[in-house]
Amino acid sequence: MAAAQVLRSEWTKIRSVSSTVWTLGLAGVVTIALGMLISILSRNDYDSLNAKDRLTFDPTYISFAGMSLGQLAMIVFGVLVVSNEYSTGMIRTSLAAVPQRGTLLFGKVFVATLLALAVGLATSFVTFFAGQAVLGPYRAGLGDPGVLRAVIGGGLYMTLIAMFSMGVAAMLRSPMLSLGILMPFFFLISSILGGVSATKKIGRFLPDQAGSRIMQVKTPFDDDTPYGPWGGLAIMVAWVVLALLGGYALLKKRDA
Amino acid sequence: MIEAVGLTKRYGAKTAVYNLSFQVRPGTVTGFLGPNGSGKSTTMRMILGLDAPTTGQVTIGGYPYRKLPNAPRQVGALLDAKAVHGGRHARNHLLCLAQLSGIPARRVDEVLGVVGLQDVAKKRSKGFSLGMGQRLGIAAALLGDPQVLLFDEPVNGLDPEGILWVRNLMKALAAEGRTVFVSSHLMSEMALTAEHLIVIGRGQLLADMSVRDFISANSADFARVRTPDSEPQHREKLTAALTEAGGQVMPEQDGALRVTGLPLPRISDLAHGADVRLWELSPHQASLEEAYMRMTQGAVDYRSTIDQRAGLQEQLPPGAVPQGQMPVAGQGQPGWYAPPPPQQGGQPFAMPQPQMPQPPQDPAGTPNPYAGAPQPPAAPVPAAAPAPAPDLTKGATDNEDAAR
Amino acid sequence: MITLDGLTKRYGEKVAVNDLTFAVRPGVVTGFLGPNGAGKSTTMRMILGLDNPSGGAVRIEGKHYSQLKDPLRRVGALLDAKAMHGGRSAFNHLLCLAQSNGIPRARVSEVLDTVGLTAVAKKKAKGFSLGMGQRLGIAGALLGDPEILMFDEPVNGLDPEGIHWIRNLMKSLAAEGRTVFVSSHLMSEMALTADHLVVIGQGRLLADTSMSDFIRQNSRSYVRLRSPQRERLLDVLHEAGVGAVEARDGALEVDGTPPERLGELAASRQVVLHELSPQQASLEEAFMRLTAESVEYHAHSDRPGGAVPAGEPPAWGEGWQRRKGA
Repeated sequence: MAAAQVLRSEWTKIRSVSSTVWTLGLAGVVTIALGMLISILSRNDYDSLNAKDRLTFDPTYISFAGMSLGQLAMIVFGVLVVSNEYSTGMIRTSLAAVPQRGTLLFGKVFVATLLALAVGLATSFVTFFAGQAVLGPYRAGLGDPGVLRAVIGGGLYMTLIAMFSMGVAAMLRSPMLSLGILMPFFFLISSILGGVSATKKIGRFLPDQAGSRIMQVKTPFDDDTPYGPWGGLAIMVAWVVLALLGGYALLKKRDA
Repeated sequence: MIEAVGLTKRYGAKTAVYNLSFQVRPGTVTGFLGPNGSGKSTTMRMILGLDAPTTGQVTIGGYPYRKLPNAPRQVGALLDAKAVHGGRHARNHLLCLAQLSGIPARRVDEVLGVVGLQDVAKKRSKGFSLGMGQRLGIAAALLGDPQVLLFDEPVNGLDPEGILWVRNLMKALAAEGRTVFVSSHLMSEMALTAEHLIVIGRGQLLADMSVRDFISANSADFARVRTPDSEPQHREKLTAALTEAGGQVMPEQDGALRVTGLPLPRISDLAHGADVRLWELSPHQASLEEAYMRMTQGAVDYRSTIDQRAGLQEQLPPGAVPQGQMPVAGQGQPGWYAPPPPQQGGQPFAMPQPQMPQPPQDPAGTPNPYAGAPQPPAAPVPAAAPAPAPDLTKGATDNEDAAR
Repeated sequence: MITLDGLTKRYGEKVAVNDLTFAVRPGVVTGFLGPNGAGKSTTMRMILGLDNPSGGAVRIEGKHYSQLKDPLRRVGALLDAKAMHGGRSAFNHLLCLAQSNGIPRARVSEVLDTVGLTAVAKKKAKGFSLGMGQRLGIAGALLGDPEILMFDEPVNGLDPEGIHWIRNLMKSLAAEGRTVFVSSHLMSEMALTADHLVVIGQGRLLADTSMSDFIRQNSRSYVRLRSPQRERLLDVLHEAGVGAVEARDGALEVDGTPPERLGELAASRQVVLHELSPQQASLEEAFMRLTAESVEYHAHSDRPGGAVPAGEPPAWGEGWQRRKGA
């Protein structure tokens, strides 16, 4: 009963601020547009690829290329949903209305997650079909082995990115601080660690690298990743759970 | 001396200030009153040359602000406590201002000491509370040791000690022969600080007179009379005698009587004649707030109504007081503001010149004390009748703060 | 009823609230006074369960705030007019609060009407002036029609009509038998609103009394007398052993004798009185005296910062710095 009230209230909160529309909208548009652009480039490039590369050519994964940028909008969405409460002072009003802090936090995360999942899945399917349409003769079909998993996984990946951001924002409270840590983390540090061979082994246990594995249909030749697509997603889920529990523990303890 | 002549400001189709003429004289604290959206801030901004008047002009010591030689040393103003670069130290903020107008750095430490901020002089003003920001703003206003001072809501965010200090500071500045012009929403505070008042509503001048005159022109003085508690029949007897003599008598909450229309000695004589002993006979003047409310009714943008509690009827607590009891003067009743008296009609401020709206009481010859007596502002309206909201449609656009 | 029992809050070494014990009773408006930094806001936040006490407890009708079911229906609070998301419309702000406590949607429009914001219900709160934000905060407090209401500096930013309205609102809420707890720095405003006072300084309880007792205990009260038979009145007073002082305007001032007794005295000796008025100091004077004394007591420092004569303001914050140095 009480939980249903909180969910209804959180739904009102999330739908009544404009940042929801533009962050999620941007996530979709950027992912789809960039995915199509990269798909066009890949198609034009296909002839210059050598035989080995042609074998591992992954039309599904290529159509998801826009996600590296689109996920940033998802991060902003996740961060703002939680930290807006703090930056505006709304948190005091919210906690006075719902003193059960766990109920408040998880109600909020639940509603935001559902929304992110809906947007994530829609984006994922649209970007897949748009990318395949552009790829023309080299396209993959939804019925090909592993492809459906990858497309659904793309939606799950975006959702989990948003959830992770919510957990981090719940710990840090400030939107600027949260974005200042998450943005470089996903955009720079992860790819730097992945780029240098010495740190590559650590890098692939980061949430985005582990999670993005699920979008791959064909694995590269020299791949020695110790987990499969679902294993990677499980690693990402573990990060998300950790972040949310951290956020909950701090919220529970802290003065508002 | 500040002088406005025919001052008018239009923002597009909306007239914020219309044909305002007044003088703010040195040597007294002049209060500047008006409801939200009445054009107070716009007027202040025009005085300081921040906004240009559409027509008319306002001068300080004979010059428009922008033509004043070395303006910061002649005029000090506190407009908005938050108009400070948050990342700057309090001292540096003042030092910048001082250097702009050739004021020695020594003076900065002086004013910091005056407002009690010397301990936090090296802190960034970002971390300041509203009260500290207000102190810093006052320090800036005092910096040039100016002859003319403007304060917009100076006690905002201050604690009681700060409020007392600001009040005494303003009085002291005026006593030194300076011109002090203060706007505030706090009537009780203004009554203690200002000697002279300028009241505007809807951008037009409503009153320009001393506080004392303002109160007597817009409300009635009254006497509080108390008879021995042990003998209630004496109270009846006295009420009858006073009413017969032409006085208007209303009961107060604690059993005393509020008498209007009779001077104190006359009441004393009547009591003596009726053989009634008195336990109290004290003269009272209506508050500045009551007088102000009476004058500005109808010039208000956001009017509150009675809480109907329709969705929550079952929640009414056991001690709920039924509506519609006998009106009791003064306090304790749901004092929703009574609608403007019919005499004033719908447009109390139609005239551009300050012509006092008729005080709604009829001093003599009104037989029914409840019908003719000056309605105290706390008089309840009939139950569940929401006060009229003349201007709700104009909404936020009518609000000067929200408009920016 | 709000009950505080040894409530204490420490931030590191600093004690913000020190062993506060008092009760806020229904049916009257209780004022909550104290200088800046006295711990008023911290106390109010602990009542709402926003801050955790370091020691002691605060209960609402015997329960901790977090144990209340649908707390907005029990306690309504205005803590900070800015405690809302500026991008949300006034209506939606109240709607999400209402939904979280199962309050019907119709009530939202109703409280918006009550505070006079119906016309701007669909506007975003960030365009609101301080006064409008304050009204929206008050609407939030009224939303659940609670028996307990708390207001922190409610008149901040309101115009005179708004101040008048909120004052009467608080009084009528109390008259309906509700508990109304309100903090303010404006003594003159508080004097018109509150029936009972709780005063704290440096986190400690300084007073918990009725308004009239507070003023009586902390300031001089006297009776002003005027009579056409002034000499005779002086004689009568002298005979009765009542000391009178002449005021500048020719009236007489009598300390320590109730007006009732003076009235009886004059009546029995057939002296005509043209004025017999009990005079009380203002709440502000009483407050200044009390807090100055407490400051002095703790700091053992120079002169009391009480009622200061006009014309020569002391350096602002003298007392403030004294307290800080204490």
